[in-house]
Formats: sequence, C-alpha cells, structure tokens
Amino acid sequence: MNRVVVTGLGCITPIGSSLEQFRASLFAGISGIGPLRPFPEAPSGDPNNPNLRFSRYAEVKNFDPTPFLSSGLIVASDRSAQFAILSSRQAVKDSGLLGSHASERIAIVTGCSTGGRSAEEHETGRLYSVNARVHPLTVIRTMSSAGASYIATENGITGPTLNIATACSSGTHAIGLAFQMVRAGMVTAAIAGGHEAPLTLGFLRAWDSMRVVSPTQCRPFSADRDGMTLGEGGATLVLETLDSALERGAPIYAEIVGFGMSSDAHHITQPKAEGAAAAMRRALEDAQASPDEVGYINAHGTGTQANDAVEAAAIHQVFGELASQIPVSSTKSLTGHSIGATGALEAMATILALHCGQLPVNAGVTQVDPELNLDVILGEPRAVRPTLAISNSLAFGGLNAVLALRAY
Amino acid sequence: MTQTQWNSREEIAERCIALVTRCKTPPLEGVTLNSSFDDLGLDSLDKINLSFEVEDVFSIQIPDDAINHLRAVRDIVDGVQSLLEQRNQ
Repeated sequence: MNRVVVTGLGCITPIGSSLEQFRASLFAGISGIGPLRPFPEAPSGDPNNPNLRFSRYAEVKNFDPTPFLSSGLIVASDRSAQFAILSSRQAVKDSGLLGSHASERIAIVTGCSTGGRSAEEHETGRLYSVNARVHPLTVIRTMSSAGASYIATENGITGPTLNIATACSSGTHAIGLAFQMVRAGMVTAAIAGGHEAPLTLGFLRAWDSMRVVSPTQCRPFSADRDGMTLGEGGATLVLETLDSALERGAPIYAEIVGFGMSSDAHHITQPKAEGAAAAMRRALEDAQASPDEVGYINAHGTGTQANDAVEAAAIHQVFGELASQIPVSSTKSLTGHSIGATGALEAMATILALHCGQLPVNAGVTQVDPELNLDVILGEPRAVRPTLAISNSLAFGGLNAVLALRAY
Repeated sequence: MTQTQWNSREEIAERCIALVTRCKTPPLEGVTLNSSFDDLGLDSLDKINLSFEVEDVFSIQIPDDAINHLRAVRDIVDGVQSLLEQRNQ
C-alpha cells in the first residue's frame, strides 16, 4: 500500500481564485458571502426582483475566463467546467506533476453534482418560453463529467477519468476515491477535486422553496442559525505516492491517511447521526488512527438546524467525552455551500490548517448553540498544528464521506 | 416568422463571412470565400456551431451530411444559396 500525499493545490472560489488568496482569506476570516447579482432573466421583469426570500450568496466575483481559455473552449463549456479547468491548471502547475508520471498512470476524479446549470437553464428556458431552438453545444455544456474530460485533454492524461455526483459530498467522494486508487497502486498520481456553478435563478428558486436557505447569512453551529448560504467554485488537489513526491522533491502539503463512506439509508433530506458517525469511524479505522489523535474537525456545517444538530450528535457518538474538546469549524461560513465542490474546498482548507499550523475560524458566529456542546472556533483562527484532522461531507440523501488527513 | 430576402450571392457571401469571422473571440481576420476551416483553425464543434447560426440567419435547415462536407467558407455559401433556391421554387 502506498502512502499518499498532496503535492498541488488550486482553486477558484468566492474567497480567492488562487491558493495564496484562498489561504489569506481563510485565515483572516474574510467571507465571500455578499449580495445577489441582478437577474436580467427574472420572470418579474425586474432584474433586482428575483422573487427570492434570501438576498445573499457566495459568488466567484468578476470571474472572466477569456484571458485563460480559448474562445472555442469557452463556448463549449459551462462556468462549472471552467472552474475545473482553471483550478486544476493551478494545482498541476503547483505540483510540477506533468512529466514525472506516465500519463496512463495518472487518474482524474472530479466531483460535480449539477452539471452545467447555466447552459441548461438558458436553453430550456428559451425552449419552453419561446419555442427557441436548442444550442448544439448544450449537451457538452451540461455534462457533469465535462470538467474531468477537459482536464484530461489539457494535460494529455489517459488514466482512469471519471466524475462523481453525490450531491454535497461529491468533492469529498472524488478525493477519497482518488486517494484509494493511488494508495492501492492502480495509478501513481491523481488530480482530484470538485467544481460547481449552481447560482442560477432556477436553482436558487428551488433551494428557496425547500426553506433551508438563510434569509441573512449562514452561521454554522450558532445558537441563532437559520439556514445555509449557497455558493460556487472549484478546488483541485494533486495526489501522488509519497515515494514519487520525495523522489522528485515535490512540495508536500499533507498526507491523506483515511477515507470513510456511509449511507444513512434513512431519508432523502433529513440526516441521521448514525450515518455520519459511521463515515467518521470508517475514516479513522482506515487511517489506523484513534479518535484521541484528531485535533481538528472541518465540519460539513451547513448552518441549518438539522444538519448542525445531527453532525454534532455524530461527533459526540464517535469521540465521546473528547467531542467537546476538539476544535471544529465550517469553511461554509466563508465560502457558502458550493454543493459538489464544497468537499474539495473544505479538504483544501483542512490541508492548509495542517500545513500552516492554523485552524480556520467559524465566521459570523458570536454564540455557539450550547445544545451542541462543541468547541467551535470563533473570533480568530487558532495557532495550533494538529497531527490529524478530518473533513466531513454529509450530503442530502444521506451520502456521507469523510477524509482523514495528517500533517506531514 | 418573416423571412429576410437574400437577393444576391454577394449578400449571402458577405453575411457568411461575417458569421465565420465571429466564430472565434477575438474575431478571425482575413476570412475570404477561399478560406478553409482547417486554415482558420475551426474544429468540428465550431462547424456545428456555425451551421446553427447559419440556419438561424437564413431560416434554412442544413442536412446532417452536408455539415460533414463543409471544408471552406465557399462551401457554406454554395450550400446556403442552393437551399434558398430550393425554398423559393
């Protein structure tokens, strides 16, 4: 079994579109959550009246792919796939991966749940409203796997390449499966992460109808939390065997040591603590680690009443008396919830915490819900360098994925 | 829907060249009737895209097999002219 390390990071997120910007915002607690853009397509006829009960989300502001992608690629891809291409380009460059592994021995695993929402809504909206013809590139733009294909094409990678769609756990499942592939020796390296661009009016209205979006802003684990905040973005990790990283002198950010998956087998939206707890336990067992080694939990932490209460209960089930002493924070307090991408953004935040010796703050919260009995990081990041951390993803439908990571 | 009347081959050619020019960003330069798609750097997706726009502008339907045989701007103009003539007969 190979040891697997992270040797490259890249991102396009609401809190930064480079590793350096993301790291700076993460540890300064700078939130990417802001007001909604105007919606010229709003059926109300008023771009400033999208008929939503919430007014904030986390957007990648001023995203412009034109300096970086050819016009042909831009027209043949949705914003989501563009996040994948550009974040992976950063990560591959950061790691210096290309040329040091055979192209057929590199895997690509992306997490994207909703595909090309912008293209889909634009085309179907025109089809059903004015019987417009559907653009011939719509199929390509809407494929959830387009990002994976474009990463492969850009880098000439011919190894196993696939996309995982497990809603809010997609990015974590993608990284976890890539980790297993490298560890088992199926490949020697992998490009893995998540990307999503779901901030379309139809998607926002769908979430609005579910009544789980905060009318103000997500405040994970807060006593007065009132829902999630939607976001978008992409994050990519380069994984490879420790041996190859050492041999070529690659930068090593952290080691991935365990991956746990589970299903609640319970309800399509209501989470169940036993399911989340099982995924955390399996990640620790996989890492051959004991609960008392965990020094930081990057929580799924959506900010909804149900998620945060159930996740806290799961943490108590796994860690027992230690649960209230382990520092916890949710990256979504800064980045919003970017669905299929969010697990990758959070894995990156966890890796940076281990690498930089700082635990990121759980922003926007002044009083933690005492019922949860957790050590939520408020105010300032903590200058602590844990040896082991976990990153939780708990998706709608009860699909849970947890990564265990060690400082290197 | 009102259909625009295209009175001459020159008009058709001028419009087709304009559409090809706009296929890329920034726009292509020096597109002529004799420009080949290979020389212009247009791939199969560009051709499908272009055909979609040509169909919209001229209110015609280009048969699938015709798209596969497009090699140069002149082929588009010939095809459009032929389809417009068929429609007007």
